Amino acid sequence: MNVVGKSVARLEDPPLLRGQGAFAADISFPRQLHMRVVRAEVAHALLVSVDVAAALDAPGVVAVWTGEDVAAIPPIPFRATKLKGLEPYCQPILARGRVRYVGEPVAVVFAEDAALAEDAADLVMMELEELPALLDAAAPPGNFDTTHATEPAVVRKGYGAVETTLAGAHVVLELDLYIGRHSGVPLETRGAIARHDAATDTLELHGTAKKQHWNRDEIARLLGRPPSSVHLFEGHVGGGFGVRGELYPEDLLVCLAALRLGRPVKWIEDRREHLIATNHSREQRHRIRAAVDAEGRILSIENTFFHDQGAYVRTHGARVADMSAGLLLGPYRVPAYRVTGHFRLTNKTPAATYRAPGRFEGSFVRERLMDAIAARCGIDRIEVRRRNFVTAAEMPYTRPLDALGTDVVLDSGDYALLLDKALARFGWTARQEEVARRRAAGEAVGLGLGVFVEKSGLGPSDGVRMSVDASGTVELVTGAASVGQGVETALAQIAADALGVDYRRVRVVRGRTDRIEFGSGAHASRVTVMSGSATHLAGLALRERALETAATLLQAPREVLRIEQGVVRRSDLPDGPTLPIGEVARALAPGMPLARGQATPGLTTESWFHSDHMAYPYGVHLAQVALDRGTGKVSVEHYLVAYDVGRAVNPMMVEGQIAGGFAQGLGGALYEEFRYDERGQPLCTTLADYLIPTIAEMPPLDILVTEDAPSPLNPLGVKGAGEGGTNAVGAAIASAVDDALGGRGLVTRLPITPREVLRMLGEIEA
Amino acid sequence: MTETLHTETLHAETLHQVALTVNGRPVRLQVPARRTLAEALREELGLTGTHLGCEHGVCGSCTVLMDGAPVRGCLVLAVQAEGCAIRTVEGLAPHGAALHPLQQAFADHHAVQCGYCTPGFLMLALAILEEDPDMTEAEMVERLSSNLCRCTGYVGILRAVRAAAASWPRTRPA
Repeated sequence: MNVVGKSVARLEDPPLLRGQGAFAADISFPRQLHMRVVRAEVAHALLVSVDVAAALDAPGVVAVWTGEDVAAIPPIPFRATKLKGLEPYCQPILARGRVRYVGEPVAVVFAEDAALAEDAADLVMMELEELPALLDAAAPPGNFDTTHATEPAVVRKGYGAVETTLAGAHVVLELDLYIGRHSGVPLETRGAIARHDAATDTLELHGTAKKQHWNRDEIARLLGRPPSSVHLFEGHVGGGFGVRGELYPEDLLVCLAALRLGRPVKWIEDRREHLIATNHSREQRHRIRAAVDAEGRILSIENTFFHDQGAYVRTHGARVADMSAGLLLGPYRVPAYRVTGHFRLTNKTPAATYRAPGRFEGSFVRERLMDAIAARCGIDRIEVRRRNFVTAAEMPYTRPLDALGTDVVLDSGDYALLLDKALARFGWTARQEEVARRRAAGEAVGLGLGVFVEKSGLGPSDGVRMSVDASGTVELVTGAASVGQGVETALAQIAADALGVDYRRVRVVRGRTDRIEFGSGAHASRVTVMSGSATHLAGLALRERALETAATLLQAPREVLRIEQGVVRRSDLPDGPTLPIGEVARALAPGMPLARGQATPGLTTESWFHSDHMAYPYGVHLAQVALDRGTGKVSVEHYLVAYDVGRAVNPMMVEGQIAGGFAQGLGGALYEEFRYDERGQPLCTTLADYLIPTIAEMPPLDILVTEDAPSPLNPLGVKGAGEGGTNAVGAAIASAVDDALGGRGLVTRLPITPREVLRMLGEIEA
Repeated sequence: MTETLHTETLHAETLHQVALTVNGRPVRLQVPARRTLAEALREELGLTGTHLGCEHGVCGSCTVLMDGAPVRGCLVLAVQAEGCAIRTVEGLAPHGAALHPLQQAFADHHAVQCGYCTPGFLMLALAILEEDPDMTEAEMVERLSSNLCRCTGYVGILRAVRAAAASWPRTRPA
């Protein structure tokens, strides 16, 4: 029985349902110390001195460090891209000389328990000379330090003759658009628990996520240790969304403390810390200009934007700005394009990726532009998109652009087909009539859409090791990680079909550096594509090896043997001899006659999958909204996400990804924003100020998963499913709210708050 | 680098005796006054299924039942639980036994992704269903809106609670 493509039950659920999960705070070691971070409370200041004397005298305190104590440790690095010159802007693990955002680590206290550490942290005194806070990335750059300005880099890409299209254009449109600062905000805050096993000189870090191998290599380098003496472990991860599992100052601090203090050290972030210290995302201002012909066909796009990176360059470098530049154009044919992305620092929490990074932003910008073109040219909003689509016949479609260091080649897709399917499923025409009727009765209602291309399956390579033990249980060791999205189930399904076993007999080992030498982790919707393909190849290789061995053991021709539910049987003799694959594994154990000729004993294999290009899923979001004229509340009355994922390994989990991703997109569209006052004080430091959607904000949500365009780039045809639910929510909600306001292009910023809605309602009624 | 070389008295704080039951078993705790119920369950009793997501009473990940009512484990001090019957996620299905019907419904309807909010939602849903399995969906949504989930968009959670309500025993077990 094939399980790929079936909504089988998740393997992850039982311990999570029983309260037996191993999240970071659940991990403890004997004699552990607790770390508390003392953070800057001023957005920008010279750090004159830090007095730790009182904290050191507090009960239970073992050590207190400031920037001087860790001056030998280099700043947190970033994953390299082509952009140069970012190094001076990296964050030291404890501030030295200057603080640049509220929440920046300035000192750390180590004490016998977490409460005592927190008590003592309150006694650390800082002397600061406040400086003006820079809070607008579109304003002229300021000084990062005495020699560097706050613009580390400018991202430039483009092709075609933008200038010449302007002269011949029917119209040239210009929009000024802004996406607010928000982020992943997983329910589990960060945590890090380090211990040093002096007996074997091994440094362990627990509570990790996402990028264990890269983080391991960097921790080893920064601490001057061989990588093989440092190991990272992943337990359960309470949501990742891009922000969790990056290398942060706290990860280095617990490792250093475990080495120096000779005891395990545990740090668990509190929620206020999380909201000011864990990566923010999204904040960008775009000035976009398009030249269009009389039929609404795009001749060129010029995209100038200001990316608010916050106070430091973090592990992603300029990747979000890079993707905002390289992936803006989505499903449309654009003959000429020029982008200038100002990657700038401000005195806010540093930023990096959050689910659909650069695409949530870009889809909002691009789809606002498409609505504006439709309005200006007097063409229907659907029709203008159809006229500009890259067609199925043009696939694979090469854009003379790159993103994440790979050339943008749209691998497969039929955008027009999916738009048709989505409109039919949503009942667009009938809803248009309903909207017209209700408007005539005085209601402010509207429909909106967003069409987008996602990206997934970032290479370059991923490997897995698959082994069968004597009980017939399959162990799959992967360098991928899980952030709670169902990686184990999806990989087990793929392994089960390739090898011929029950997926429940596959144990997936992930997120730990001590079991596999290389890994690329879980991000960028890459695991099902990359690790899934490697798993598929490993399963096929292991099946072949098992069948060859069984042919000898059963004295049967290889061609008549197959593996079903973990048992080798003869397809020509239904009642013939059978052999459980555990027995095959036993026959290949070291010392057994059949193992002698083998390079490696055991029923085991390692397989790798390589890919130079990303796979591009695509989708359509459709929304119906109503505005409350009294309160400015936006009610989403109906919402559809249509998403082509090439092939869905587990449709239930794909829909789960889309629904959850949608809720996060809805937050960014209507509710969530990290706001600051004029001195750079963060105003959203609790979950009562930073508004994550609850179940009461969820509209009726319809999900249409299609498999019309399998990826030609991998043996399964899969594309990543993790980010399409989020991608165009801002775009579609903005389009619908704007439609409810008369389609005048008034909606230019996210989130669309009640206050904004009231202002815009006032404008149209004035 | 500055380090103290001596070990201070660890518990300078006064400890209070608290007697309560947890998942039906009598328990005696010795805790400082400032220790929350959620911390005491996790640190003193090893019941780490009760998760802390915000420690300021918004997210509901630490929801446990206190004499049958759902409470935020982060906003109740352990000393306030004196004489109370506390139920946590670990009490839903004894170790090794089949899942509780509510847990099974969460699995069947894909109400779990990362699982961090799950224990809180299970205990909240349990309180709702024990109070009134026939409540309207609007009322159910209103009640469930007191907890946050960041992964699922609540679609599976609502389906699971509805399904569990449909087969919930209408006569209360003694």
